[in-house]
Amino acid sequence: MTQHVSPPRGSADKVPPASESFAWRGVFARADVRTLSLLGVLAVLILIGGITKPDEFLDTRNLQLVLTQASVIGVVTVGMTFVITSGGIDLSVGAIVALASVWATTVATQEYGFAGILFTAVIVGVGCGLVNGLLIAYGGMVPFIATLAMLASARGLALQITDGRTQIVSIDSVLDLGERDAYVLGIPPLVLVFAVVTIIGWLVLNRTTFGRRTVAVGGNAEAARLAGIDVRRQRLYLYLLSGLCCGIAAFLLIILSGSGQNTNGNLYELDAIAAAIIGGTLLSGGRGTITGSVLGVLIFTTITNIFALNNLQSDVQQIAKGAIIVAAVLVQRRTASTT
Amino acid sequence: MPQHTSRFTSRRGLLFGTAAVGAGALLAGCTSNDSSDDEPAANDQPAAAESSGKPVTIGFAGPQADHGWLNAINDNAKNRAKKYSDVTLEITEGSNDTAQQIGQIETLINKKVDVLVVLPADGKALTQVGLKAMRAGIPVVNLDRIFNTPQAYRCWIGGDNYGMGLNAGHYIGEKLKGKSNAKVIELAGLDNLELTKQRTKGFDDALKNYPNVRKVARQAAEFTVESGQAKMAQLLQAQSSFDAVWNHDDDQGVGALRAIDQAGRDDFLMVGGAGALSAFQAIKQDNGVLKATVLYPPTMAASAIDLARALGQSKGISGLSEFEIPASLTLYSAVVDKTNVDQYMSTGFK
Repeated sequence: MTQHVSPPRGSADKVPPASESFAWRGVFARADVRTLSLLGVLAVLILIGGITKPDEFLDTRNLQLVLTQASVIGVVTVGMTFVITSGGIDLSVGAIVALASVWATTVATQEYGFAGILFTAVIVGVGCGLVNGLLIAYGGMVPFIATLAMLASARGLALQITDGRTQIVSIDSVLDLGERDAYVLGIPPLVLVFAVVTIIGWLVLNRTTFGRRTVAVGGNAEAARLAGIDVRRQRLYLYLLSGLCCGIAAFLLIILSGSGQNTNGNLYELDAIAAAIIGGTLLSGGRGTITGSVLGVLIFTTITNIFALNNLQSDVQQIAKGAIIVAAVLVQRRTASTT
Repeated sequence: MPQHTSRFTSRRGLLFGTAAVGAGALLAGCTSNDSSDDEPAANDQPAAAESSGKPVTIGFAGPQADHGWLNAINDNAKNRAKKYSDVTLEITEGSNDTAQQIGQIETLINKKVDVLVVLPADGKALTQVGLKAMRAGIPVVNLDRIFNTPQAYRCWIGGDNYGMGLNAGHYIGEKLKGKSNAKVIELAGLDNLELTKQRTKGFDDALKNYPNVRKVARQAAEFTVESGQAKMAQLLQAQSSFDAVWNHDDDQGVGALRAIDQAGRDDFLMVGGAGALSAFQAIKQDNGVLKATVLYPPTMAASAIDLARALGQSKGISGLSEFEIPASLTLYSAVVDKTNVDQYMSTGFK
């Protein structure tokens, strides 16, 4: 991936040595070293899974399972990557997923059907994103504070709507999307949605003016403003985008779990931020990579899968997860600085 | 305002007196006149329903009702209190934060309620405030999650987590009796809760009675539908064949059943836990893997109100020879399956 507008960023921007394979090296030299190291981590995990549980792990059904479990948090992470790239943060994603899922399933119990659930989930997500965006872009609030406030109030509202109850969805057209006979060429519909969101996200970030503006705002907001970018409007759109992703994720979660619950999306904000950071998106803004974020999500999901297949308890899982976050970032820093 | 019984007034109570009266009057005005809009099922008659006695103000402090069972606890307490004309329920906003719940209980102590019913978010962490209430002369009915010392409560009433595991294990063991090398898996609840460990211990102890049955896998979920779906999907992938699964909680069971449906598996039987309405309905319909659930009845909150009222009026429990209410009451974790589900249907929580 190439950076278009961002200012120089130290050692990561070393000029590759001139040689006959210059163009080829150019592709892999900078940002893609990170991608390759992430692929390396993923490959090691797959190796571990394949050695410890060859029959269960290397099974098509397991691949489908891992990708399905990654889809919900994956869609959220794509939105989060945009926000972090612009130098912001969205702590409210998990709460928005919860609110969108319970609101949509409240509509479901009133029998508005498939379209009603999808529409409500997306509208609630976008609505929360709009509030975040307005508070941050035009209200001048720090993203951390504005989205923290949204986290608290969206969770509260979700609890109020459900009254602590689990809202079970009984609309077949929604539930069928989670069933095996809905798979397209062996790919679960949730994974297809995840793939489409990822591809669109990659194109928007890397191939559009919107994407360049996002990177520019994150790199240096003042410079971006002087260059003629409407920074405030850009920020508003970015939080809207994150909210939209949360709405889509909520719909996927409804399909997956067949219900809405106010505890949905618990700690998604941390998982999404962790995946984006592992993926190589700078927390200070100015650089973002969708490919890296998605690989980060897949690494997390694969770890969980391998641990469950080997019947390891959750305490061990959490310790190992923390260790792997550290290892992945260290490996990445090393490979990035020695290139 | 309820009258303050002077014999319970301590020095500490007097210190807080002025503030308490002011705050108490304000809060009582806000909370005590709740009108009953949703009436509970008809078949639950209060334990001591005879003539109404001396007015009793019961303070109720529960955890945040962000889960089906906890929500049912609050509903049960409120609805039972409404049935007594002589009971005023002072209810605090539920909280999962220990410090906040301590503050709420202290407010109730300052308001000089006659009896306290406390379901602590964490029993050990709230022991001190339980002691404080007892020292202030307010008897405490400790609901479900137990305080560290019996000095901190007059009466404990709660469910039997160990018994849940035990009864689930026996039910599964009996069902698999003729089967050699039977495999069982366990979908546990939140692993950092003491109750989860007790449930697992009971389950393991019961399975020891059945040498042909072996537990081959255990994963902990988080009492949520989302976690139930994710962990069950993994377990199904990890275990290509097994004969039974015990799931600790019916709320996460909604997700677990969804995962089982999505995997297209029906080659085993499932036993749930707690007693949710959706689980009862599935057991009654009998068209899936869920064959039974072991109870952890939220009706214990209604019983706690009964006990608190009896305490406030210095009565025993009708039918028992004792003059006082017991020091502790452990509910039975009955197994509900197709044969008796109708009897329990009305207690199922949403």
